Amino acid sequence: MNQQRHPFKKWLALVPLGFIVFLSGCELAVLDPAGPVAQSQKDLMIYSLYFMFGIIIVVFVAFGVMVFKYRDNKPNRKDEDYKPNLHGNTLIEVVWTVIPIIIVTALSIPTVTTLFELEKPPESSADKEPLVVYATSADWKWFFSYPEQGIETVNYLHIPTDRAIEFHLSSADSMASFWIPRLGGQKYGMAGMENILYLQADVPGTYNGRNANFNGEGFTAQTFEVQAQPQEQFDTWVQETQEQAPELTQDEYDSLLKPSLVEEMTFSSTHLQWVDHGTNAGRDYSIIRHRNAYDETLHIENVPGPGWISENE
Amino acid sequence: MSENQLNAGPLEYRTHEGQMNITGFWIFLAAEIALFATLFATYAVLFGRTADAPSPGELFQPGIVLVMTFLLLTSSFTCGVAIHNMREGTVKGLITWLIITIVLGLAFLGFEIYEFVHYSHEGATMQSSSYWSAFYVLAGTHGVHVTLGIGWVILLLIQLKQRGLTAVTSNKVFIVSLYWHFLDVIWIFIFTSVYLIGMVV
Amino acid sequence: MQLDEFFVTGEPLIYGGMVAIALVTSAILFILTYFKKWGWLWREWLTTVDHKKIGIMYILSALAMLFRGGADALMMRTQLAFPNMQFLNAQHYDEIFTTHGTVMIIFMAMPFLIGLMNIIVPLQIGARDFAFPFVNALSFWSFFFGAMLFNISFVIGGAPDAGWTSYTPLAGAAMSPGPGQNFYLMGLQLSGIGTLATGINLMVTILKMRAPGMTLFKMPIFTWSTFITSFIIVFAFPILTVALALMTIDRIFGSQFFTLTGEGMPMMWANLFWMWGHPEVYIVILPAFGIFSEVIATFARKRLFGYNAMVWSIILIAGLSFLVWVHHFFTMGAGAFVNSVFSITTMLIAVPTGVKIFNWLATLYKSRIVLTVPMLWSLAFIPSFVIGGVTGVMLGMAATDYQYHNTYFLVSHFHYVLIPGTVFACFAGLVYWYPKMFGHKLNERIGKWSFWLFLIGFHVCFFPQYFLGLDGMARRIFTITPEWFTLNFISTMGAFMMGLAFAIFVYCIYYSYRYSEREISGDAWGYGRTLEWATPTPIPAYNFATVPQVNTHDAFLEMKEKGKTTFDEENLEPIHMPNNTGKPFIMMGILFFASFFLVFEWITLAVIGLIGGLVMMIIRSFDYDDGHHIEVDEIKRTERAARGL
Repeated sequence: MNQQRHPFKKWLALVPLGFIVFLSGCELAVLDPAGPVAQSQKDLMIYSLYFMFGIIIVVFVAFGVMVFKYRDNKPNRKDEDYKPNLHGNTLIEVVWTVIPIIIVTALSIPTVTTLFELEKPPESSADKEPLVVYATSADWKWFFSYPEQGIETVNYLHIPTDRAIEFHLSSADSMASFWIPRLGGQKYGMAGMENILYLQADVPGTYNGRNANFNGEGFTAQTFEVQAQPQEQFDTWVQETQEQAPELTQDEYDSLLKPSLVEEMTFSSTHLQWVDHGTNAGRDYSIIRHRNAYDETLHIENVPGPGWISENE
Repeated sequence: MSENQLNAGPLEYRTHEGQMNITGFWIFLAAEIALFATLFATYAVLFGRTADAPSPGELFQPGIVLVMTFLLLTSSFTCGVAIHNMREGTVKGLITWLIITIVLGLAFLGFEIYEFVHYSHEGATMQSSSYWSAFYVLAGTHGVHVTLGIGWVILLLIQLKQRGLTAVTSNKVFIVSLYWHFLDVIWIFIFTSVYLIGMVV
Repeated sequence: MQLDEFFVTGEPLIYGGMVAIALVTSAILFILTYFKKWGWLWREWLTTVDHKKIGIMYILSALAMLFRGGADALMMRTQLAFPNMQFLNAQHYDEIFTTHGTVMIIFMAMPFLIGLMNIIVPLQIGARDFAFPFVNALSFWSFFFGAMLFNISFVIGGAPDAGWTSYTPLAGAAMSPGPGQNFYLMGLQLSGIGTLATGINLMVTILKMRAPGMTLFKMPIFTWSTFITSFIIVFAFPILTVALALMTIDRIFGSQFFTLTGEGMPMMWANLFWMWGHPEVYIVILPAFGIFSEVIATFARKRLFGYNAMVWSIILIAGLSFLVWVHHFFTMGAGAFVNSVFSITTMLIAVPTGVKIFNWLATLYKSRIVLTVPMLWSLAFIPSFVIGGVTGVMLGMAATDYQYHNTYFLVSHFHYVLIPGTVFACFAGLVYWYPKMFGHKLNERIGKWSFWLFLIGFHVCFFPQYFLGLDGMARRIFTITPEWFTLNFISTMGAFMMGLAFAIFVYCIYYSYRYSEREISGDAWGYGRTLEWATPTPIPAYNFATVPQVNTHDAFLEMKEKGKTTFDEENLEPIHMPNNTGKPFIMMGILFFASFFLVFEWITLAVIGLIGGLVMMIIRSFDYDDGHHIEVDEIKRTERAARGL
């Protein structure tokens, strides 16, 4: 019996390994990183997965053996296989306390180092200054302000590749979570507070981003697109925008803040001139203007827009 | 000590019930500590966030707060005297001292209400800023507790009149005294961490 | 206020709900009147202070809530599998996931477990009732009316729609106007009173009412887990009370705790909520661990392995549960240091939990496993929960949590711990103790169908969600992009399998009521180890005619070996029992109306209701009802009849 099971067990060990290989190769957004931040997070995930599969295998095998071997109706059960008063064994109890502690330690160390690394711009582009972008959520849209370039976009943004982006996250009203899965993990944007998030794209392309934190009726549609392009193309885009896009007036901005869904927009000036929602002074800017706008529901049936399942498709 | 008192009770199960009431009430006080701890933590977090309203340093008056502290501390003492009388078996002394206790409590409440009205007139209302919301809710929760305590003592005074000192009434009086001392302790924390710090900072 | 503002209008599903409510209510009223059962209902149930009956009422209410929460879940799954059908719009979907979460945690999981505790804990420790039977009834009615208040919101006034976590500023008065969010606040507040009271009650019961000889470390493990759970309740629920009160004051009286104006601090809500909320998930998981320990030891027919380690790991988990709340919002930007600390405390919880898993496995070692339905639920818990547990550790690693947070990976994780943990335990416990409660077993064959269907449905439903999360599908979105269709469709199929399994379970209750053999022995399964099996079935009102002397962990096992029972004819004494009373029902009924008025911000009426509640407390204060005695003759008659002597 034992001899038969042995090779079988070996094959079993291949299942999770194959699973990890499958996960690391497959196209799930989080496991398909396009930049160093997402890459370091993916590496940590895969590292932790080895431990998790180890634990799962040990428990599942032990569980299977126990249930199979000690079931009451098993044919030819032996009497010595039943010890109703067995109730402890110090050595083995110490062993299965210490091993989890070792595993937790092994997981903690890279977690902590990664945590501290994520607070800084990625190493790979340390020679360049990060590009500063203010990402401000307002129900239910995103404003991206480039203070150095003096331009602002709504619901989409362009970034240069191979250069760290320093996002200054905040919100005009409800709490939102800024997330571009293929570039890295999320962080909250909150009114009256500013969070810094460093992301970077190494591969040019279009990436989906969204607000991941539920914030009301329009939440599902609070998405944006990220165009990552080489620095020269980015510069061209900036220049075109500066020259061709209209200026953002405060009146227009105020009306955009009203809870609503809007299309992509481009402006050649930023709202930072009159309000920075990430500061204590800017925290109630939107709510004192639009307090009564939340009485009405938008009656969103299905999100019209690219990518979402809708009747038209 | 309380158990001796209760052992004099007429029936065995009454003693046991009385003991359980007291244990239960101690656990309830633990929950109350968690409740006030949360309010204190909230207050600490919101400290200084006065927005356009006056700051506490401008409004707090050391005189009134000292008088309030004196009143409540004394009431805790008189409450202790009342329990001492109960142990001695003198219903009259017990009732007298309990009445003194609630009179002191009422005086405390009077000052607190005056204080709240005064601050509101100066422009510091519960609605004016998060700091003042936290202040009114913390001090107000304590005030509501004192009010309920006074009502509770009055109910027990009536029952003492009706029934005299029995295992049940003495058990109830002992528990209300625990409650009263607890409110005193909470006030000491409010006095130091709200008023003293508020006046200094 | 106009009538059409009072009632929710314009939603066909909600009209359907109204019709269903009206029909069911009139059917109940008709049946009660036709069979002249009103007096019976009042005498036997509404005024009872018997812990066993209160426990049954808890469980019945929890099953009803499981139906409601499950119906919500199926509606959400339908919408996500077929977004083209336009089954739910965004607003309605938001309301449904809010009520699903709230109902399942507050009005299903907790009351179900508290119901089992109500019935079993006094029996396990050899007590005749709770320490405070009146308070116990009060607790039940506070939960019941709290649940009713929350549940009427979808037809009257509008359901809350800010998520079960109700993060501010979204849930504040400015962004969530109307009564919906107030229903959430008042419903939870009302039922929270009862939960806190139950925690105190159980602690005193366990501390003061154990049978002679039963030291703390000889208590059955379910009683231990209840005891520690009560500790968590006593220290965690006041935080919720305060948090709810502050938001209520914000919304109704205009204070500035969680607002964007007046320098309020919206993030403080998240902190307060999870300082209660994380201990809360242990409130619903520790009793489940206790149930599994009992069931596994019983049907492995073997003493629980590592009893002391089991107890200490429960205590350790309870302690750690207060130190991890920040892991619910690593992404709030508290900084690498804070996140590191909370990452490590979070992962540390895996250690005592792992110890428990290995102890259960070791209990199975050299045992004789009898595969009854409760044992199947308990065994299935182990591997399923391990998957949930290891993904929990992954979520605890803050650096990667940035990628899992707010996604279906998280949704899948917490369903993987709460369903195999709490829901399986509820089923295991209910089936296991069912003969104690109702005098007959549930049918094993139908029970196994329901079990297997539920287990498979569960994995089919939630396993794909891990991958949806990794593919960037955020939680709480009401429609999907095409590439997520396949996995969502599979997931929905699993959800409907679970729904079907629940229907089969309900049918099993009906079938067993009609056809199952009636129990005559108190030890229905024949393997009982703890004192609840020492009582005859049906359990007499006083539980134990004579309270046994306890010397070992498995008190009833020892009694069986020595041939002892809980009916020692020579040593009978009159037993004191509390009288029934309608006051808890009336008091909580009044507070229900007070809360309802406050929901609509009708302050005068609310104040009148509150005064009514105070008047009831005054009446209670003057109530010197001493209860009654059951005489020796009557005890003898009851016991002889029950034991067939």
